[in-house]
Amino acid sequence: MSNKPIKSNEKGMTLIVKTITRLTIGLILLFGIYIVLHGHLSPGGGFAGGVIIALSFIHLMLAFGKEVALKKLSQSMASFFESLGAIIFISIAVLGFLGGYFFLNFLNKGEAFHLFSAGIIPLANIAICFKVGAGLYAVLLGLVLLKTGGKE
Amino acid sequence: MIELYLLLLFMIAAAIIAVEIEDLLSSIVAVGAVGMGLSITFLTLKAPDLAIVQLVVEILCLIILIRATINRDITQVKGRQKFITIFISLTFIVLFLVLAWSSLKNLPEFGYPIMKVAKNYLAEGLARTGATNLVTSVILDFRAYDTLGEATVLFAAIIGALAVLRKTGRK
Repeated sequence: MSNKPIKSNEKGMTLIVKTITRLTIGLILLFGIYIVLHGHLSPGGGFAGGVIIALSFIHLMLAFGKEVALKKLSQSMASFFESLGAIIFISIAVLGFLGGYFFLNFLNKGEAFHLFSAGIIPLANIAICFKVGAGLYAVLLGLVLLKTGGKE
Repeated sequence: MIELYLLLLFMIAAAIIAVEIEDLLSSIVAVGAVGMGLSITFLTLKAPDLAIVQLVVEILCLIILIRATINRDITQVKGRQKFITIFISLTFIVLFLVLAWSSLKNLPEFGYPIMKVAKNYLAEGLARTGATNLVTSVILDFRAYDTLGEATVLFAAIIGALAVLRKTGRK
């Protein structure tokens, strides 16, 4: 690990990029969570919100180098979250058998335009967000780790 | 309707530039311009959900493509390699056009009859699912099986990518 290009890669980008990243990364993460939680009320949903959350971590990795991003969310944790999302989604589908059939909306529909409404749809959105976000982050992490591994 | 044709011309021009240009990084930027044009097209066709997804996925693809090409020693496509690239692209364009023509000629005319299936969803969607965003209510309630299949495809793809890109156990 004493190669020069790897070392300069670990330090990340310039001070300007790091400062802007520090200011915006929380807002990007918050916007992704907002898109996921309001997926049943406004445009957006689990897929788009999950990709935005993954992009906030990728932003961190591009600006500060991969060590900082790995400290926040390691690759095994990302794989764990991806599998967790898949399990939650299929469990929601199987729980529909409580009322009769697969993918039944078994929860209370609630009042329209409220955050806690539409039964299982927000829960499924959250599950898909975990799946998509963690999966795409893990793939990019795999690319980055393989690249530094191949140079040795 | 005129802005739709303008966006279409912009996207076709950017795609031709992406194929023809020598520098790989400039080519990726041109591909990104195609994606942004497609996102704005979705917005003008009143599909904000698709526009958000298109924009976000385009940004992610751009990051991955730039990371894949920026450290390469050879960023110029020359000679024989260029010939093979153009040959493969032309083959797939012709194949796509033939298949698209044979399948699209059986479809009804664009926008007619107006919302044959969507009429029922628009009328009953809010009462039956309780979700005010009808796109979400369709993909997660009425057509949840499709979403399950899509999630399975994505899961298999990511597992495969992680298995190929793994570091441990690699000789």
